[in-house]
Amino acid sequence: MHPVLLIVFLPLIAALIAGLGGRIIGKTASKVVTTGALIVGALLSWPIFFSYLGGSAETQVIPVLDWIRSGDLMVDWALRVDALTAVMLVVVTTVSSLVHLYSWGYMEEDPSQPRFFAYLSLFSFAMLMLVTADSLVQMFFGWEGVGLASYLLIGFWYHKPSANAAALKAFVVNRVGDFGFSLGIFGTFLVFDTVSIPAILAAAPGMAGSTIGFAGMTVDTMTLLCLLLFVGAMGKSAQLGLHTWLPDAMEGPTPVSALIHAATMVTAGVFMVCRLSPMFEVAPDALTVVTYVGAATAIFAATVAVVQTDIKRVIAYSTCSQLGYMFFAAGSGAYGAAMFHLLTHAFFKALLFLGAGSVIHAMHHEQDMRHYGGLRKEIPYTFWAMIFGTLAITGVGVFGIGFAGYFSKDAILESAFASGSVAGTLSFWIGAFAALLTSFYSWRLIFLTFFGKARWAGSEHIQHAVHHVHEDESEPADDHGHAATGTAGYHPHESPWTILVPLALLSLGAIFSGLAFHEAFVGTEAGADFWRGSIAYSEQLAHAMHEVPTWVKYTPLMVMLVGLALAYRNYIARPGAPAAFVALFPHLHRFLMHKWYFDELYDAIFVRPSFAIGRFLWHRGDEQTIDRFGPHGAAVAVGIGNKLTTRLQSGYVYSYALVMLLGLIAATSWVFWWAS
Amino acid sequence: MIGLSHYLTVAAILFTIGVLGIFLNRRNIILMLMAIELILLAVNINLVAFSAYLGDITGQVFAMFVLTVAAAEAAIGLAILVIFFRRKGSIAVDDANRMQG
Repeated sequence: MHPVLLIVFLPLIAALIAGLGGRIIGKTASKVVTTGALIVGALLSWPIFFSYLGGSAETQVIPVLDWIRSGDLMVDWALRVDALTAVMLVVVTTVSSLVHLYSWGYMEEDPSQPRFFAYLSLFSFAMLMLVTADSLVQMFFGWEGVGLASYLLIGFWYHKPSANAAALKAFVVNRVGDFGFSLGIFGTFLVFDTVSIPAILAAAPGMAGSTIGFAGMTVDTMTLLCLLLFVGAMGKSAQLGLHTWLPDAMEGPTPVSALIHAATMVTAGVFMVCRLSPMFEVAPDALTVVTYVGAATAIFAATVAVVQTDIKRVIAYSTCSQLGYMFFAAGSGAYGAAMFHLLTHAFFKALLFLGAGSVIHAMHHEQDMRHYGGLRKEIPYTFWAMIFGTLAITGVGVFGIGFAGYFSKDAILESAFASGSVAGTLSFWIGAFAALLTSFYSWRLIFLTFFGKARWAGSEHIQHAVHHVHEDESEPADDHGHAATGTAGYHPHESPWTILVPLALLSLGAIFSGLAFHEAFVGTEAGADFWRGSIAYSEQLAHAMHEVPTWVKYTPLMVMLVGLALAYRNYIARPGAPAAFVALFPHLHRFLMHKWYFDELYDAIFVRPSFAIGRFLWHRGDEQTIDRFGPHGAAVAVGIGNKLTTRLQSGYVYSYALVMLLGLIAATSWVFWWAS
Repeated sequence: MIGLSHYLTVAAILFTIGVLGIFLNRRNIILMLMAIELILLAVNINLVAFSAYLGDITGQVFAMFVLTVAAAEAAIGLAILVIFFRRKGSIAVDDANRMQG
């Protein structure tokens, strides 16, 4: 039995056990089963990954079951393992198992832990199904599976109306993307007569230049198919236009944000573009669109992240921005760099999210960074983990040695520049500016959270916690003394080992994954040797990437330092500076605070008209037309008829006699005049 | 000379009075019973008149039967009326509306 079968199906079995039998076996057993399944998966995944890294493994397809046989449509359950899948296997199982472990500590007090762990494992199964898919339909199965798990986990605290709304929003916005994806699958089947990915990729170059009728227009076949599939990727990966669900998804528990909305599910779109990269290579116009959308997302999300005050939302927009990087890397043809950033990003972004979760845990569920400050001494391990994450995301490093983001982000920017196209050059500059903002908001997060004076007194959560403690100990609160220090008498506590161990392991990933793997992922010859046709790896581009001018190579470092300096000046040296800046540009600030007015725009364009149409059909259509003339009308007519006939039944003998007489006369007359 | 048509006219007038007595009478049930008697008498006059006119005795025999039945009917009607009065304390026609649907 191939280990990938175990990797994929153990989480499903664990999810079923914990989900259906959680009440019987109890929460500890549920946690052990699910976490154990993922840890086994992770332990099995790394050897697979290393076998590809060592260049000793070939592409394998492991058939599982027949699925659909209908005319020309043949779909089988089969698991495809190649270098690309191996990378995703490692990412998914590693982050997922660490998040499982982390949740032991983070969800300690939650009453429905078996359900939570079952959802997490279900998600892992669907994600693994997605990355091992051998056909588009199977990929769609995983695609929808992760969407379902995401919905369930965002709305995990279902008693919170905001969580329910966020879950619905994620689901509905993803439907838009999935509609594009399914149209893409239909179109692919129409054009290629198959949904098997290798067959499609083999046939794709032959379709270059052909045209197809779509929505009354004649368009280039491959461009259309790629764009439709890319719409799906945009929805899942929260690209500009379909990104609105991701920040709201932070309503879910923090481990969920780390696993689904940072490391794995949202990268599914990047994975899909890379998996289908030979197809996208045939459609240069589609690639240009991918590049522009990615670059626009990178800059949009980075600008919004600068003004966010909720620690999780900063990281959420940061994720959105980093996904933009991956897409414009893919759009520039640097699929290796996109996958490389996916891998490193999974580690350092999961680390940042889990670190943020640890901070939130320590600060009694306070998420507003304005009420943090001075936490460096209180929670030192979390502090160092966050520092490593930030060093990684901002891309600190020089002369070929540095943190994970240094390698992957530089590779992306360099290959965008090296691609030579207008879109590539433009996205290089946009990406560089976004990197400046990335550095700024990441260090802003660190400075606001861990440095400066404690500002905890302003937090309702902290006050609540403090008063709770004081009531328990029945001693009077010494408000004066604490108000002076800003701590409100609260003592943050470092998280338990179940939280710290994942942080430590992910820190290792954030520090070393770039250094260890950059040769394999984006190297000139080593890259081609590693990927072996699982993505459209361009050695030429990889070569050009290493030959870019020196100033291009040092641009990321420079902008990182500028961002760091700005953040230091604004949040450490001169704490009054941000307020002064806001006072100087109130319109810009408001524009960013409203996230470029996307939510308001969608509200005006889609939500309100939908409500209006719904209300019209409800009141005018249903109530006033169908009900009025239908069931209610019939009931009223019967009532009126009843009243009329009731009036005939007077109860007086003489009126009955009169009717009898009239009837008699009528009958007699009839007999006399007509019947004879 | 009083012919058949005169008898029939008288009978028709009596019949009409009886019918109107039933329908226009709102005061008491005794009047209604009397109106019914009037209708029966009108029929009797018709029967006897035709019997004499056609020279056939059957009609007069029928008239006898009708008188007998009418007497029985009046007796039953009055008996019902007494019961009705005991229950309702009134013999007004408008109070006899228990049949209202």
